[in-house]
Amino acid sequence: MDLLKKLFPKSKPRPASTEGAKTAPLDPSLAGPPPSPPALHLVVGIAQSPGIERTHNEDAVMAVHGTIGGLELLQDFGIFLVADGMGGHRSGEVASAISARTVTARLTDSALSAMTEGNDAYAEPLQDLVRDALEEANQLVVERVPGGGTTLTVAVLLGQQITLGHVGDSRAYLIEPRNTRVLTRDHSLVKRLEELGQLTAEEADTHPQRNVLYRAIGQGANLEVDVTSHLFPAGGQLLLCSDGLWGLVPDPEIERIVTEAATAQIACEQLVAAANAAGGPDNITAVLVRQNRN
Amino acid sequence: MRRNTRALENKQGETGQLGQLQPGVTLQDRYLILGILGAGGMSSVYKGRDLHFPNVTKLVAVKEMINLAADPTMYEMIVRNFEREADLLATLSHPAIPRIYDYFSQETSSYLVMEFIEGRDLEALLRETDTFLPTDKVVGWAVELCDVMIYLHNHQPQPVVFRDMKPSNVMIDQHGHIRLIDFGIARVFQPGLKGTMIGTEGYSPPEQYRGEASPPGDIYALGATLHHLLTRRDPRAEPPFSFNDRPIREINADVSAELEQVIYTALSYDPKDRYATADSMRMALVTAARQTGILVSPQGAPTVRMHSDVQEIWSFECEDELRGSPVLDAGLLYIGCYDNNLYALDAKSGAFRWKYATEGGIPTRPAVDGNTVYVGSEDQRLYAVSADSGKLIWTYYTEAPVRSSPAIFEGFIFFGSDDNHLHVVNAANGRRAWRAEAAAPVRSSPLVADERVYFGCESGDFYCVDFRGELKWRFKAKRAITSSPVMVEGVIYFGSMDWTLYALESEGGWQIWRYRMGKPTISSPAYAEGKLIIGCADGNVYCVDARNNREVWRFATEHQVNGSPIVQEDSVYCGSVDGSMYCLDLRSGRKRWSYPTKGPIVGTPVIANSILYFGSNDHRVYALLT
Repeated sequence: MDLLKKLFPKSKPRPASTEGAKTAPLDPSLAGPPPSPPALHLVVGIAQSPGIERTHNEDAVMAVHGTIGGLELLQDFGIFLVADGMGGHRSGEVASAISARTVTARLTDSALSAMTEGNDAYAEPLQDLVRDALEEANQLVVERVPGGGTTLTVAVLLGQQITLGHVGDSRAYLIEPRNTRVLTRDHSLVKRLEELGQLTAEEADTHPQRNVLYRAIGQGANLEVDVTSHLFPAGGQLLLCSDGLWGLVPDPEIERIVTEAATAQIACEQLVAAANAAGGPDNITAVLVRQNRN
Repeated sequence: MRRNTRALENKQGETGQLGQLQPGVTLQDRYLILGILGAGGMSSVYKGRDLHFPNVTKLVAVKEMINLAADPTMYEMIVRNFEREADLLATLSHPAIPRIYDYFSQETSSYLVMEFIEGRDLEALLRETDTFLPTDKVVGWAVELCDVMIYLHNHQPQPVVFRDMKPSNVMIDQHGHIRLIDFGIARVFQPGLKGTMIGTEGYSPPEQYRGEASPPGDIYALGATLHHLLTRRDPRAEPPFSFNDRPIREINADVSAELEQVIYTALSYDPKDRYATADSMRMALVTAARQTGILVSPQGAPTVRMHSDVQEIWSFECEDELRGSPVLDAGLLYIGCYDNNLYALDAKSGAFRWKYATEGGIPTRPAVDGNTVYVGSEDQRLYAVSADSGKLIWTYYTEAPVRSSPAIFEGFIFFGSDDNHLHVVNAANGRRAWRAEAAAPVRSSPLVADERVYFGCESGDFYCVDFRGELKWRFKAKRAITSSPVMVEGVIYFGSMDWTLYALESEGGWQIWRYRMGKPTISSPAYAEGKLIIGCADGNVYCVDARNNREVWRFATEHQVNGSPIVQEDSVYCGSVDGSMYCLDLRSGRKRWSYPTKGPIVGTPVIANSILYFGSNDHRVYALLT
């Protein structure tokens, strides 16, 4: 695949309209458009730590993003991913690595080329591409890593939309000032029991089975993937993280660090440091995506 | 991606993609592989022929387990599990359980040779149909499943827990009887360890998460299977133990309250609250079926309760069909008619106020701004008419019929014409501000938002232009886009004649998802509570989750649905070419009431103060109190 060629076509992809949209500004009141604000660009921070109690890292992380200035060929786009592997004999780290690579390869290959080739009904919808990518990863893990599995949360940013593919209990947060939301649903048994009122939030936090998942990559031939799209509002920040972070650092603290940190990278480093300060019993991964105007 | 191809020395023939056995391969000089029946995870099932019976074709099912585990402990465990399935099957004898003929291992694979069952599993049956399975059939299968559970749970010396009851493990044979397949679950759970996973398919009972397997667990899974069969809602796509969130009778009105109660008892969270034995569940099923007569006679027409609390307040007769849609403003209802008139009626009484005669039929919806009503006509013109008097203020000429409804934004009127243009006209004086060329007639009504105009056209192109008419992006559907777009949270939704409901990202026009319907659509989607509702020429009103393309429900009318639905609180209102106006429950799609007229309804209703207004091709405008 010649991605760069598609990203930077020699000529403009398409002239305006079919025969060029004829425009005849006859009415002076509607002549000039208001000056549009500068384009939003994505800025990404990443931090990882095996944690204090662990020696090896089963978390995988991937970030691919592009900015094209000048000609308005493309908006910023990005693919961000966190996977938290599980299973003995190092199969967890193999499962998360295989999955991260498969999903990223699949999405850069098909999603980015679909993006750059033009929009039509023959192109596969973004949500289908995301679902297929996770299913492909699942297939590979089932075949190659018996006993291994992984969570996986991937965000594809395109225009104003965040499209998420998600299984397991890693999370995607949308953080806006005074409004932090978890966009993903934890596929954990304890969370489900809490939703059903069988456990209180306090019991859930200390439950011995709080790490048991009812959905993950590598569990079986059929994988049900949660795929959703959300508006990425200007001023919003997207955080992907493994439970090594959110299980240790309370949401208000996550929001405070993300909102106050000077840069996305500093925010991620502070988040990981906070999880380690709280004991760091697990691998910690954080990816933060900000939008800057310039 | 590199594919693994296995070398299998003892097999004649070749293995193909992903290491599956190819037709023509013979195992043990006895079992000739004819084709693959299914594959998943580490095992595949083949259709085979037993060559020890040369004079007849004795078919067998050959289940192959490929052991790719590198870890010796894991390898051993997988082999043991497979052997356990073989041993278990060898001790069972029941008409619903396939007989086992042979078991052997070679290389890294193990094989079970079993009775070949002609038929389909229930998951395939669900996949191949798109209406509810007949309730009496499902109940019949349920009783048979109870029978085989009774056999398994009373097996000596030890009860057998099936542990994996789900539609894909239940076959319906050529005689219409159920057969249980796949006794191979025996998955070993290791709870407690950090990051340990457990298996579930959405049918498993809560206690299975703790590694407990008991007969009440099978009862729960049977309840889950029946829930899936009767509602067509796959529990694997939902959070565990959420069956109560999808009440059976709200989804499938054909199910009796008694039957629903049996299923929910089986689905009790606490095993103690379920049926203690498969026998007692069987009795409850038979009793429920007898009460409603399911098992006695084929069920009659589904009883749909009609709300009688909808009444006509008034109707107003015009001189031709009403294919357009009304708009309501300041106590007046405005609607265009194929008798060429734009009518203004008193919304309360239906009293005639004024009419304005254009020179063509009016298939559009008027727009009102301040004291002016704007309406497009097939006489190629857009009219501005005084709302008080019905007097003409100005006329704007396009070069072909106007079948797109006007949108008003900041003093400008945006609308399409069959002259292949989107027109933008100054509302004050009727002068053209600009127009944008399209590839074909523009019948879709434009959406104006965030300094962009979005509209479809009959060539299948969908355009996004800025406020100077300059193209920002274009999307190409396979057929015409007559449907008008809506935008929610940066996503544009519209239908197309290519049978598809599209969701596009609004900045670049990229497809987020699409949803395929049974036929073309010209209906425009309505949005409410995270759901999209749209009509289709296949006669259905569809409700689809806006965040992804999952169908929430569909409701079948008796003819095409070309008008567009509207939503008020938890009710969907939509007309059909079958002549009726329908009111549906937004959450379940169940019919609340329908109101028949004497002609097709192809416009979009409007509602205010609990009064629903719409036109019909029977020449009448209706006002119904809901």
